[in-house]
Amino acid sequence: MHELSIMINIVSIVQEHSQDQRVVRVKLEIGKLAAVVPDSLRFCFDVCTKGTNLEGAVLEIDEIEPLGECNLCMRRFPLDLLAVRCPCGSRSVKCVAGEELKVKEMEVE
Amino acid sequence: MCTTCGCSDDADPKVTNLQTGATLRVGTSPSNREHVHEHSHSHLHTHEHTHADGLTHSHEHAHMHEHEHAHSHDHDHTHEHEHAHSHDHAHMHDHEHAHSHDHAHMHDHEHAHSHDHAPSSASSKSASRSVIELERDILNKNNQLAERNRGYFEGRKVLALNLVSSPGSGKTTLLEKLISDLHGKMEISVIEGDQATDADAQRIKATGCKVVQINTGSGCHLESDMIAAALKELDPAFNSIVAIENVGNLVCPALFDLGEACKIAILSVTEGEDKPLKYPHMFRASEVMILNKIDLLPYLKFDVNKCIENAMSINPNIRVFQISASEGAGLDELLSWIEQRAKTMAALS
Repeated sequence: MHELSIMINIVSIVQEHSQDQRVVRVKLEIGKLAAVVPDSLRFCFDVCTKGTNLEGAVLEIDEIEPLGECNLCMRRFPLDLLAVRCPCGSRSVKCVAGEELKVKEMEVE
Repeated sequence: MCTTCGCSDDADPKVTNLQTGATLRVGTSPSNREHVHEHSHSHLHTHEHTHADGLTHSHEHAHMHEHEHAHSHDHDHTHEHEHAHSHDHAHMHDHEHAHSHDHAHMHDHEHAHSHDHAPSSASSKSASRSVIELERDILNKNNQLAERNRGYFEGRKVLALNLVSSPGSGKTTLLEKLISDLHGKMEISVIEGDQATDADAQRIKATGCKVVQINTGSGCHLESDMIAAALKELDPAFNSIVAIENVGNLVCPALFDLGEACKIAILSVTEGEDKPLKYPHMFRASEVMILNKIDLLPYLKFDVNKCIENAMSINPNIRVFQISASEGAGLDELLSWIEQRAKTMAALS
């Protein structure tokens, strides 16, 4: 349940920037390699926002597909977490997308 | 328990110094973090006035005011409020704090879509809505503190190892063995992380090694602020090793940087060779995989090569050591790797 600690961080970032305004929407960017379960985040969002200026806000989660880049042929390709390998056969691969854990934007009124 | 929001103090992480017996709370759980409750209440005041003509009269009046206050649960629950009242003029309690943040951008947001289906109040509200781009890393706070810890380790030329595994893989037994084998060669101190009890820390203390226990309460992993608090108690020696034994859990600790030089995943052969595939994030985040309890291999259907292949398919650069912490097999190779890393650390900083 590390989603709870993560949601506490999310709520505190939004509160820091929204102050007294009512927050009606929060948008997150969560990479599919970030080891975070969006459904658990949604559950924690309701718990963590109760009684705050975020209560009742809509939580939008953009899931980001993992993308690898080969260090040899520089090709970019969809990254499979369970089989890190470039189509060229190289295993020297870096992850360029899919690890995001970000509060993208919020809507206030 | 906080009576306003119901958050529980029991869940607060706690740091115990086994040398001094001192305990302190770490401000990481929601209840321990500063949070704000708004409430309003009224005060009844009685005033006595003496007028110039010598006539004295008293009158009572009540007034309402609202105030916000932040409280932290580290300390006793006495909240002192200072109210400066002046009764012959009206005064405002509103404090406007204008904070400007470079990274937040305000945009006027036009809602072009119609709200035919929505109640009229909703559409009138949307006119005053605005979208604020934040682009903030969710784990920014943890990562910043982790970098601070990393600087602390570098400054002291300390090699910090973050040991992660499922419960019962033999982390504490391995540590006991490493402490005795490193004795006289290199100083080592330990930060123990568990949800509850100081059982593991007592085992480490029995070896004569400095140890601090972190109890995470309801938390399933260690975070960098807990390590920062533990380091103050531990006060590790220059040119030494700090071993951090994370909470037994192959999921969450993968995400939380503590400022360590590397994560070491320990997998015992009683667990099954598919563990790296089942918990890919941890094996991806770890520089080293230690296969422990290899003395039990004759009694098990554990395929060592398959396990290593699984780990390498997730993390092609992962380094593997096969050991038996209780019997001592393979420990020499692991020890020389640790000593080499410690030397590199000392040379770097």
